[in-house]
Parts: sequence; structure tokens; C-alpha cells
Amino acid sequence: MRLEPKPAPSMAVTLLYPAMAILATFVIAAILVMIAGAAPLQVFGLVIKGAVGSQFALVETLTRATPLIFTGLAIAVAFRAKLWNIGAEAQLYAGAVMTIILGTGAIAAPAGILIPIIIVGAMTAGALLLLGPAILKTRFGVDEVVTTLLLNFIFLLFVSLLLEGPLKDPMGLGWPQSERVVAEARLPRIIQGKRLHYGFILAIFSAIAVWLIMAKSVLGYEMRAVGHNPEAARFAGIPVNRVLVKTALLSGGLAALAGVSEVAGLKGNLTLDISPGYGYTGIVVAMLALLNPLGVVISAIFVAGIFVGADAMSRSAGVPSYISDVMVATALLSMVTAIMLTRFRIRWR
Amino acid sequence: MLLDAFDILLTTGFWVAAIRIASPLIFATMGELICERAGVLNLGIEGIMTVGAFTGWFTVYAGGDLWTGVMVAALCGAMFGLLHGFLTVPLGLSQHVTGIGITLLATSLTYFTYRVALSESTSPPKIEPFQPYPVPGLSEIPFLGETLFMQTPLTYLAFITVGLVAWVLYRTPLGLAVRAAGENPVAVEAQGISVTAIRVGAVMVGSALMAIGGAFLTMSAFNSFFFEMINGRGWICIALVVFGSWRPGKALLGAILFAAFDAYQVRLQQVTGGVIPYQIFLMLPYILSIVALIVVARRASYPKALMVPYQKGER
Amino acid sequence: MTAQSNGEVVLNLSGITKTFGPLIANDAISFSLKQGEVIALLGENGAGKTTLMNILFGHYVADSGTVTAFGKELPKGDPQAALDARIGMVHQHFTLADNMTVLDNIALGTQKLFWPSFDRAKARQRIVSHAEDFGLSVNPDALIADLSVGERQRVEILKALYRDARILILDEPTAVLTPHETDALFRTLKMLVAKGLSIIFISHKLQEVMAVSDRVLVLRGGKLVGEERTAETDRKALAGLMVGEEIKPPQISEPQTGKTVFRLENVSAKGVGTGADLHDIFLDLKAGEITGLAGVSGNGQAALAALISGTLSPTKGRIHINGETIGSWSPRHALAHKIGRIPEDRHAVGMIGDMSVTENVVSERYLSNRFSKMGFLNWGAARRFAESIIHDFDVKCPSPEARVRLLSGGNMQKLILGRAFDGDPQMILASQPTRGLDVGAVSYVHAQLLKARARGAAILLISEDLDEVMTLADQIVVMSKGRLSAPSRRGARTIADLGTLMAGHGFESASNTAPKEPDHAA
Repeated sequence: MRLEPKPAPSMAVTLLYPAMAILATFVIAAILVMIAGAAPLQVFGLVIKGAVGSQFALVETLTRATPLIFTGLAIAVAFRAKLWNIGAEAQLYAGAVMTIILGTGAIAAPAGILIPIIIVGAMTAGALLLLGPAILKTRFGVDEVVTTLLLNFIFLLFVSLLLEGPLKDPMGLGWPQSERVVAEARLPRIIQGKRLHYGFILAIFSAIAVWLIMAKSVLGYEMRAVGHNPEAARFAGIPVNRVLVKTALLSGGLAALAGVSEVAGLKGNLTLDISPGYGYTGIVVAMLALLNPLGVVISAIFVAGIFVGADAMSRSAGVPSYISDVMVATALLSMVTAIMLTRFRIRWR
Repeated sequence: MLLDAFDILLTTGFWVAAIRIASPLIFATMGELICERAGVLNLGIEGIMTVGAFTGWFTVYAGGDLWTGVMVAALCGAMFGLLHGFLTVPLGLSQHVTGIGITLLATSLTYFTYRVALSESTSPPKIEPFQPYPVPGLSEIPFLGETLFMQTPLTYLAFITVGLVAWVLYRTPLGLAVRAAGENPVAVEAQGISVTAIRVGAVMVGSALMAIGGAFLTMSAFNSFFFEMINGRGWICIALVVFGSWRPGKALLGAILFAAFDAYQVRLQQVTGGVIPYQIFLMLPYILSIVALIVVARRASYPKALMVPYQKGER
Repeated sequence: MTAQSNGEVVLNLSGITKTFGPLIANDAISFSLKQGEVIALLGENGAGKTTLMNILFGHYVADSGTVTAFGKELPKGDPQAALDARIGMVHQHFTLADNMTVLDNIALGTQKLFWPSFDRAKARQRIVSHAEDFGLSVNPDALIADLSVGERQRVEILKALYRDARILILDEPTAVLTPHETDALFRTLKMLVAKGLSIIFISHKLQEVMAVSDRVLVLRGGKLVGEERTAETDRKALAGLMVGEEIKPPQISEPQTGKTVFRLENVSAKGVGTGADLHDIFLDLKAGEITGLAGVSGNGQAALAALISGTLSPTKGRIHINGETIGSWSPRHALAHKIGRIPEDRHAVGMIGDMSVTENVVSERYLSNRFSKMGFLNWGAARRFAESIIHDFDVKCPSPEARVRLLSGGNMQKLILGRAFDGDPQMILASQPTRGLDVGAVSYVHAQLLKARARGAAILLISEDLDEVMTLADQIVVMSKGRLSAPSRRGARTIADLGTLMAGHGFESASNTAPKEPDHAA
């Protein structure tokens, strides 16, 4: 068996294989549902109903999609330059911590000033957190996959330390949680009384901005060149290491926005469980979107829908909600296979 | 207090614990080492250890005996290895992305299965784990006997595995082929050996060892399965392979050093009595891994074809 | 070398056809090889020689046709089958693992894979005895990385002999050897034939074909276009068969030598990859001249090319451009000083295969006002630039949006030429610019280099092909073990002289005289 490059694939093929990847995901999920002793079609019906079947469901899905758009963008940007940032989880918490530090009364300013300060501060924190692994990679040749992964564990322990120490809420009855951010630091709700907040709008704007950077800007061009072939990029005069560092800063900053959005938009304070692995799920979101920043919005909503729908389904049908994690992981693997198949054909002999 | 901190090193209890903590790391590090020696980075390690931890334990819980549990864990690990191997070797997909995908899939599938199989139980059920088995004669050696030869059979197996891996890699024709596949796959294909078979095979065997490493946690170190019990051990093993310069002996040494450090920080926590936040101690193993990577990265002689996909007839 | 031939057919290829998409790589090729015979398989790059050998070796599966060895048909697509049939191959790019020993490389795959022990003593004894029998001395415990190119080739040949090969195929074996090493190889081949082996010798060099073969098969465009007994043909007739149409040798006028554009003064640098470090290099490149650099690969050419390209910085010495000493050095500095660069490896270094033609051609100057403003790219201008290169350099590609990976080697090289020649560079570094190209593309590249020379560019041509260097270069320098010889004008040194230098002899005086050299041109 060997792989041969295909000539430029048609639009139909480019969409067909990813569609088949999604289909394969559902087939595998159906098998698992049957193993769990439920009827797949009924379960999928419940998932869809739970994800988009009502205004409540839809709002919930978009709310859940918001952090995923940010982490998905962070990964899409990094992976384009083949900077394997698996540390979006830690960068998210870095953004969240910064939101608490700046937003719990340290700065007294109206919302119009305080929120931008928080955003800039949080992005800086996230960027700096990824700067370390990026420099270790470019200076010492240390694989960033392992360092970013290990940093996730280190930073989560650091957050735990903060929440039991300097950032602990004195009124928190001993729970490891922070004080709530002041009203001026809160991202307002889009619809009064619903959980969906302006973090979602910020996410959409971020996606458009990232798309502009990737498709139109010099930096985006440099990042793609470095990702595809660093040696050729270096030969052509592209400063590979500097581009990787810039990529790291952008990626870390974007992931940190997920933390801002969750703390200032949704939860109001920081606990150790504000992210159920959004940093890791961002990898799937980015890959499902074929690393396209605008596609990230769609795939984030899709993935969020599966999570929200599966939660709802799980309560009524008794199939463990972990089915959503399985589906997301399966989607990732079948999608990377599908991308390969759009670009190469397999010759068996 | 300083004296106390030093005294820890002289207690047998400390070294017994260090060897126990090292055991799962030894299995998984050997597994990753085999994969990388053949040229494939296996980031599925964290998930595959989770699978091993669950399936081994569950087999015993469902009535199988302990060694059957180990076999089942190895087999399940090998199946995920097959998937990783198939996607990364003949299909040539990114080893980074695929590995992360395998970890996500293996972990979530394990949790799903756990919930389906044990939906009714709230606290995790316990099994009767491997018991320490004093090796006749050897266990009576003062200090050394107590630390090394009063362990469970799985720990002995871990040490045997290191010898076996080293033997196969350096003393057999198969090991030669595996190492060559990681250095220059073209050389292997030119001598009539299938690179695909060697690499996929190595990933399967390696993954089986990772799964046994996971199973050690539920069947020897503890006696039940918890969510997130692997807790980054897989990633640490990847660092240990680099630290050991891809050599079984050095990697073993690295795993023991690391485990000793881990055991030490737990005891140091008790000695320091809460003056330093416990999180600092918990962070140390991860920080140590990163430091180890930085120290050796410059002079590491990694397998030349690591992470380089190979296509037949391409030269 | 026909003494041992008893006429028995040992290998027979019949009706081999292989297509890759629309390309017919092999078109119904049939021939047979007799025992004790040396067949030369002659053809240009892209004629289908390598594909044919890959089919013989089971790396590719033919669409139709059969391979029979010693009367038995070989199963398709099984590399082991060819080895079992006692066919050995010495590839052009060696198939050796650098970090392993000679013994490990040779014995790899020769013992039962699933066996608890590896009989090193037996393997060593066998290697030593074969090495003695065939006069191929190597140290079994040496690391491949520490061996010279000639020694590595000996290991490749030993690998085949170790497996009792009766048929030996050598793919362009002399491409990487010095003239002396080539002679040694030919002596080895004679000895092999004397011991009854049969040999297929793949080459595009006529004089070698005439020297070693009994019979010549000529491939062109995937077809077998001629089969001649070597004794009954001559170089001219073979050249006609090989190329089909007559390619006129380039017309070379007297150089219009100008001032020194680029000068390396006492420069040392770290080697690139497994290549040699550079030691105390003096080099003068003058406007309107082609300087040819000859040498066996791995002797520091890659480092010198990287140094001039800007990807490598000197550890010692100075770079002067137009008389000015250069402070900091990088690809961007090289480009800013109007140095056009054609890299040795167009796939890995020259182009980014997964990006489009447009994206590739602007990669050296995307920061100029022409292609970007305020950090954003002007894709319209980039596309127009790509279209102009496609037009001016006659690049065959579907559109400027096509991925470069899908282009042929020749078209890729034309894109690189278009990119490098944009803005009429004052100096051009051409590193192995014709390697792997077919005849038409080779003459196109040569013509472009000569055109640049005519308009006054200083050109450094680094090539392993001594003929190419001797044809094009106005002055020749030779590189060996990271040192550069004193230059000589066209025709001043014979092939034998150059060969001596390539083998590393006669350099002691060269380094000392080099600094004085610039005076005579000033």
C-alpha cells in the first residue's frame, strides 16, 4: 500500500471526505449506544433536541461554544505553524487568573476601560505562558508537546495554590474559590436573563480577526510557510524562530480569552473546574475546522452541541454523557484521516 | 528539620515506595522507548495507560484472576497501538495529532465503559490486588532485600521487562531491524523487511507495555479504578525516554530517580508540616521532567527517523 | 570483460509497463541479461531507468509484464523475492543507517527475524572473508557516519555479496565518486564478473558505459529505443539514441570579466549535516564570469552554499561584497545584496511543496512594497508576479494557485530560477542546478546561467558533474575536505589534475597562494 498525491481536489471531494468522517463518528457512537442498551436513533434524537431543540438548548449550546471558539482558534493558529501547543488548558487558566487579579477591585474604572484592560492583561498572561515552551523549542530543541502538556499540570496546581492562598475568597466558607469580579468587569448578557454573554460576540470577532491575519497578513503567510516547510522558509529569509515565537504569543493570548470569557462572562469567579478540558477539546475543534479560523466557529458550535445535547440525553436516556467525549475524539481521528484522503489516494499495490 | 529531611533517604520505607512508584513508569517508559526506537512517537500513552488501568482491574473485578487481568490490559493496549500504528505508519498521519486523538479516545472510551458497566455503584469497587512476594533468599539481604525483593510480582516483571527490551533491541535480529527502522527505514526496506510491519508491530508491543504500566496502578499500587488516576504519568514517561537517551538502562535509572524524588517530596511535605504549600511539592515532579528535558535535549542523539513517515519506494 | 560469459540467461524482463497517472514511465520494456555479462542501461533522467529497477526490486508493481530470474518468475511487489532470487542492488542514494555499524547494516535482515540471538561472530567472519575475496576492505565495526562516500559504496556492494547476489545492479554508481574511486570501482566490477556475477550498470555517462559494458540498452521516454554491442557502437551513436533529437552544446563566448563582486576571505564555518567543515576559504567571484566548483559531495559544498545563501554564518574570516565588508549575515542580507540563490535540494529547501506557485515565488521578497503594505499582503500583485514567471520561464503548471508539489522537477527548477533571477541579481549561487533534470531542462538551466553571465552577473556553479563544470566554468576551483583549491582558468587543468585535487592531494600549497590571487584581476 502506498500514498500518491492527488491533483488539486475538487470542492465536492474536499467536503465529501470530512462529511464521511462525521458520519463515521455517528456510526461508532451508535454502536456504543447499543452496547449501553439504548436505541441509537432515539438517543441521537435526544442529543439533537438537547442541543438545538429549544431556545434554552440553543442558548446553552452557544454559551458552551464560546470558550471552545477561543481555544479552537488558539490551536488552529499554532498548528498552522506546526507549533504543537497542547497547553491551551493552562493558558485558559492564566487568562482566568488575570481576570480575577484585575477584575476584583484592584482597578476602579468603568466597564469601557476595565474590560479592555482585563482582555489585554489576560492575553499577555496566556501569551507569556506559551512563550516559555516556544523559547525552549527554538533555543534548546525541547519538544513543545511535552512541555506544554506538563505545564497544564503545573499551572493547575499553581491555580489551586492561589485559590487556597492569595486569591481565596474570605467569604467562601473554605472552598477553594476566588472572590467574584466587580460589576464593571462583567461581560454583559446578550439577552436579558439568559446565560449567553458578550464573550460570544468577542469570540466571533476574534475568529474574523484571526482569519484576516492568516489569509491576508504577512504574519499569517509566514506562519503557514514555517508550518509547511521550516527549512525552505528559513532559506527564503523568513525568520523561522521569530515567527514561532509570535505564533506562540498569539496562540497563548487567544486561549487566555477563553478564561476571560468564562470568568467575566459566565461564572463571575474562579474555581478549579471552570474548564472541563476546553484546552484539549480545542484541538478537536481546530482539526474539525481544518484549521480554518471561520470554520472554528462552526465546529465549536457543533462540538458544544454534542456536549450539551449529550448531557441532556444522559439525564433522560441513561447513556453515560461520556459518549460525547468519545464522539469528539472519534471525530478528530476520522477527520485527520479524511483530510489525508482528500490529498492522497491509496494505491494498494 | 534539615536532618529529618535527610533521614528520609535512609529509611527502607522510602525506598520501597520509590521502587513501587517507579514500576508503572518503567513499563510505560519501555513501551514508549520501543515505539520511538522504531521511529514512531506515541502520544497515545496517557490514554493507553488509562485503558490498561481499567481493563486489568475490571477483568479481575469480573472474576478473572490477576494474571489474566494483566494479559487483557496488554491486549487492549495493543489494540490501541494497532490503531495508532495504522494511522501513523501506512497512512502517515501526524504523529502528534493522532497521538493526542488516541489519548482522548482511549480515555473517554474507558470512562464511558466504566459508567456503562458500573452505573449503579457510586464508590469504586475494590479488588484483591497483587500482594508483595518476598523472593526466597534474596529478600533476606539487609536493606536491599527489603527494598527490591519484597515487592509485588508486577514490579519484578517491570525489571525483567527492561532486561528483555534491552536484550531484544541489542542482541537479536529483530531488535536490529527495529533500531534500523528508527534510524533509516530505507535501509530496512532495501534488505527485504517491511518497515510498516516493524513499526506497527513495535507500536503494538510498546502500547501493550504502557497498558501494563497502567494496570499496575489498579492491580498492585492500589486496588480500584479512579478517573484521572494516570494524572500525567504518561507524559512524564515521554520525558523519561528522552532523559534516558533512548536506552533501556538509562531510562530505567531515570524512572527510579524520578520515583525516588516523587516519594521524597511526599515525605518532605510531612516533615515540613505545611510551611510550604503542598501544591509546590506536587508540581516538582512535572518541573523536574521539564528540567530533565532541557538538560539532555542539546546532546540527545535521538533516532534519526523519529516522526519521519516512510513511504515505500520513495527515496 | 566478456571472458566468463557462458551465454546462460540469468535475468529476463518481459513487456514491463508502468504508468503513473497520464505518465508512461515504462512502455513494454523487454531484455535479458546473460551470466557473466555487464549490461549498461543508458538514459537521461526521467527516461524510466529507476522505475524499471524499482519494479525489478518489488518496490513498485508493474501494470503488466514479468520478471524472471534464473528461470523462475518473481512475485510482484515483494522486495524479499528479488533478494531471495540473489539479485542485489546498489542504490544511487545509499540505503545505510548512518548511526549503525557496517556489520549491523550488512547483516540486517539476513538472519531469522524472530530468533533469540544475533550471530555477530558469524556475520563478522563472513564479511571479512567476502571483503578479502573481492578486495573491498572495510572495518566491520566502523560507524557508517565515519566512512567516506567510496567506502559506503563498498559497504553497499558487500551487502549484496553477503547475500550471495549473482546479479548486481548499480544505479549511477559513479555520480558521487572521484575519478580515482571510479577507477577502483571499475576494477571491482571486473573482479565480480570474473567470479561469475552478472551486472546491470545504470548510467547517463557515455564514456563510463563504453568502458565497462558488454552491451548497451538505451532508454528514452520510457521506451527501449536501442540495444547495441558496446564493441560495435560509439559514443556519438549512443548519444543520438539517448537524447533522440540533437541537443546543441551551449555556445560559450569569451567572458566579459568585470570587478570582483563577492569575496570570501579566510572563511571557516561548521559543516552542514554530515558534510565537512569549511577551513580558511578564499574565493573571488567576478562579474560576467562563471566560477565552477568541482568536488565529491560531502566535502563542504553544502556548507559553502549555505554560507553564501545566508543560512550559515562564518565562524572566522570575512565576507566582502563589492569591496565592502559585511557585518551581519542572513538570507535576508544575501537577498538585500542582490544574490540570487538556487539551492541544491529544490524539494526540501527550494520550494514549499504544499503551498501554491504564487505563495512560493514571493517568499524571498514578500516584505517589499511591491507585495505588502502595513503588514498585509497584496495577493493580486503576487499573482501577477507568478504569472509573469510562468510566462517568462515557460513553466508548465495549471495555474498560479496550483500546489508546487504537483509540478515536475524541471518546472519546479524553472520557478526557482524565476524567483532567483527577479530583479537581475548581481551574483548567482547555483548549487547542483541540473541534478535530476531531463536533457531539455538541463540545457534550459545552462542557457539561463549563460544569459545571466552575459549581462554581467557573477556566478558560482557548484556541481558534482565534472563535465558540466568543465563546459560552463570560466574558472574552476576544487573542494576537498572543506578546503578550496586555488582557481584555474578554463582548460588550465586536465581531468586528471582535477581528480587529484578532488581526492584531496595538492592542497597544501593552494591555501597559501589563494590570498594573492585577487591581485592579477584587479
